[in-house]
Amino acid sequence: MNASGTFASLRSRLLATAERRLPALTRLKQAEALPITLHRHRIYVLPTRFGLLFSAVLLVMLLGALNYNNNPALLLTCLLGAACFQSVFQAFRTLNGVELRSLQAEPCHAGDVLYFTLTFRGPGRPRYSLRAGVDAVETLFDMEAGNDTRVRVGVPAPQRGWQRSGHVRLYCEYPFGLFQVWSWLSPDFSALVYPRREDPSVPLPRTNDDAAALPMRRTGDEFAMLRDYHPSDARRAIAWKASARHDALLVKEFEQRRGREIVLDWDATSALSHEARISRLTRWVDDAEALRHGYLLQLPDQRVGPGLGGDHRHACLRALALLPGVVR
Amino acid sequence: MLTAASVTAAVLPHLLRLPTSFSLLIVGLLIGRVIQRRLGGARIPTVLKLPLVLLVPVLVVIHYGNVFGREPGSALACAMLALKLIETESRRDARAAIAFSCFVLMSALLFDNSMGLTLMLCAALTLFLATLLQLELQPADSARPHAWRAGLGRALRSAAVSLLTAIPLTLCVFIFLPRLGSPLWGAPTDTSVARSGLGDSMDPASVQELLIDDSPAFRVSFDGTVPDRSKLYWRGPVLTRFDGQVWSRVNHVGEKQARDPLGQTADVVDYEITLEPSDRRWLLALDVPLHAPENAVRGADMSLVATRPVDQLLRYRASSALRYELGAQLGERERLRDLAIPAGLNPRARARAAQWRKDLGDDNAVIHAALALFHDNAFFYSLAAPELGRDAVDDFLFETRKGFCQHYSSSFTFLMRAAGIPARVVTGYQGGYFNSVGNYLVVRQSDAHAWSEVWLEGRGWVRVDPTGAVSPQRVELGARAAAGASASWYQANWVLALRNRFDLVNRAWNSLIVQFNALRQQSLLTPFGIDKAEYYDLVRVLIGSSMLVLALYCWWVLRRPRDRGDTLDAAYARLCRKLERIGLPRAANEGPVAFAIRVNDVAATPAVQSLIGRYVGLRYAHALPDTGAVRAFAGSVRALRVGGAFARIYRNGARGTR
Repeated sequence: MNASGTFASLRSRLLATAERRLPALTRLKQAEALPITLHRHRIYVLPTRFGLLFSAVLLVMLLGALNYNNNPALLLTCLLGAACFQSVFQAFRTLNGVELRSLQAEPCHAGDVLYFTLTFRGPGRPRYSLRAGVDAVETLFDMEAGNDTRVRVGVPAPQRGWQRSGHVRLYCEYPFGLFQVWSWLSPDFSALVYPRREDPSVPLPRTNDDAAALPMRRTGDEFAMLRDYHPSDARRAIAWKASARHDALLVKEFEQRRGREIVLDWDATSALSHEARISRLTRWVDDAEALRHGYLLQLPDQRVGPGLGGDHRHACLRALALLPGVVR
Repeated sequence: MLTAASVTAAVLPHLLRLPTSFSLLIVGLLIGRVIQRRLGGARIPTVLKLPLVLLVPVLVVIHYGNVFGREPGSALACAMLALKLIETESRRDARAAIAFSCFVLMSALLFDNSMGLTLMLCAALTLFLATLLQLELQPADSARPHAWRAGLGRALRSAAVSLLTAIPLTLCVFIFLPRLGSPLWGAPTDTSVARSGLGDSMDPASVQELLIDDSPAFRVSFDGTVPDRSKLYWRGPVLTRFDGQVWSRVNHVGEKQARDPLGQTADVVDYEITLEPSDRRWLLALDVPLHAPENAVRGADMSLVATRPVDQLLRYRASSALRYELGAQLGERERLRDLAIPAGLNPRARARAAQWRKDLGDDNAVIHAALALFHDNAFFYSLAAPELGRDAVDDFLFETRKGFCQHYSSSFTFLMRAAGIPARVVTGYQGGYFNSVGNYLVVRQSDAHAWSEVWLEGRGWVRVDPTGAVSPQRVELGARAAAGASASWYQANWVLALRNRFDLVNRAWNSLIVQFNALRQQSLLTPFGIDKAEYYDLVRVLIGSSMLVLALYCWWVLRRPRDRGDTLDAAYARLCRKLERIGLPRAANEGPVAFAIRVNDVAATPAVQSLIGRYVGLRYAHALPDTGAVRAFAGSVRALRVGGAFARIYRNGARGTR
């Protein structure tokens, strides 16, 4: 193992120990409910590498001034040093009072980037040059006084299923980049990551022939309109509430698709491995959506649809995403 | 770009001091870099950088002989900083350049610690901090040049605020940081910078240079009243050797002083002198000092010589007798020395002196004859003296007859010696300007003067000022007034007054800041019962006072900011306050729509109705309202006038409904 590798493993082991021993200080903090407000108990400060370099320069300046017994030079050095040190307070002020108000996630497939939208608010004063980072990804943003600021942070989503928002590291090196002030936020929030889509796509299966056997109301989930009651209409199609308002019987009319729906059947993909089957079904769901063709998802122990549209797609993808791992 | 400006600011104070080739190199590098950046140039290849980097130390060694010490070190640092700018591409480079600039900036103060420069450099720090701020705010500044320019003003402002708020902490540290009693390494003796001041020889050019130099030479505070101006002869080096052109000083160090040459003294004055650094060993004192100050010796000729060159401000006490009897006995060796004149030169002056001696006989009569020569003939006092030839004294006495103190004292002393009277030239300063605000006397280099002393049997050394015979104003008013004709606009009286005010500030700077040393620091805590503050006392006070200041900062930081909601809510609250002022308070349980209906019931005012409607639209129609619309709404609320006619509508309406 080379030197840098040894160093890296040592570092990660140290970090792990630190997190076990000092949970309040590090990322192992318990997940918290929103909103999360930053205050002095959870804001930490350390000099940056540049800060250390700068303090070395200041030290040399100080020694020079003292050695030559040159008071103006000493005054200059003191002024610079005090201004730099004082920047800690400015940095702290930037984070102090910042509030994480809400957190939203955008839908994404495994292997893509999962985008979180964090909404921050900082009362009282504008704040500049903050960075929010999840894992190694970070975003730079400024905050207006009192107004909500939305920050979009993208993290890789390697696996389908629920993904924790993780620990958000909010930090800033404002004003001079000499000190880093940071805090860990652990919002109690998870986002659903849809399964990976198979690529390239495989043609969709043929339409289901015995779809006619399904009851009428199953022909579409998408509500289209209300119409007057005809004696031939099924009783369960009557919209009772609406009828009561209008003093006449009304019937919910569902959109009638042109073809019949496609059945996306789990068992039809048995030649593939477990995850690959999920990927293919996911792909088919999206392809059917793109064709605007109704579809039905048939999984080992559940059946979604048939239907078409955003809600249906979400229901299918959710079911696929939450399928248990390899079945033995 | 801003980094370039900062680097320029750091190098600037050095440029004039450095050798020309260096200054040209640095300026060339800076300008070249800025142009290259403007043209959107790429990285500068190593092939070009490497020779430059190697060239710099070579140049330094050629100029200074080595690369260590204050002078060559700062030259090297300046050039390296300019080179660093050349290769600055990333934020990291720029930051390193700034850190290095700070160091270079500070080193400029090692050469000149005047107040003006210090304040200027402190102001330059604003630029540095603003640069760091910009680097932090816009890491990729090249991509957004417009945003960059817009942020510049804000960056400069907040950098200035940072510096101002840092002042209390600065003062704590500055005052209580223990000073070093002795330097850690090589004392700064490598001063090759020429400072003006009296030399140990006198020739027309050097004196002329002094006479046009307005910088202060020293400042004096008298314990009692200030003596009459015509008595203010500040004694410097005494010159006894003359080679026909130049008067120079004979080294007296080996000379044993058999007895105190001072006889009776009267009119003793006590005073304290603060001498500006001159890099020479002369200490000035009023004619004639009664004893030598600490670390100095008094020669047989009554001049004071310090044990080491004066390379920083020096403060010493002295007392002098204005009336005195000096050197009643003159040894044979001294007599010969003080009569020596170069053979073969100045025949006409010799002849004239010999004739006086023959005709008049008496020493006093000879002196008066010589002074009468200056007085009765058309001699002029002028700083613009014509060049003199090989027989300088002859040329001056019989041809040009135009000159300043150096010419008069030199030729007078020559005449005396030629007539057989022991004589010598005394250089120093005459007069000074009394600053009534600060109650002290400032003597400038331009007050430099030269006069003569003759030895008379029974009276010892007697001061004769031949310049006074020609131009009494020189003694009464100073060289400037005596030169009269050459006065120009900048010597007008109000300018002089202003300058003397400024001198007061400079003096305060010198005594408070520059002179603040380990000794004075030790006595700092005397009012608090510590007579001699030790190192650890100071450290304790330093920590304590810094903590106090830091506590102040903490209070400022931890103050809970007033949460007035976002801009939209703040504007709505403002609208409600305005309505409350005219008697329409919003109830705590009243939503905006209900409030609008109630307001409408009291009196229909479309302006208020539309404002509340807009608020509802902005607040509840979108998750995140458009910032432009919010700002417009806030503006409309601010513009709404509820006084006068407006209020009357409401009051009338309210009465009507009741």
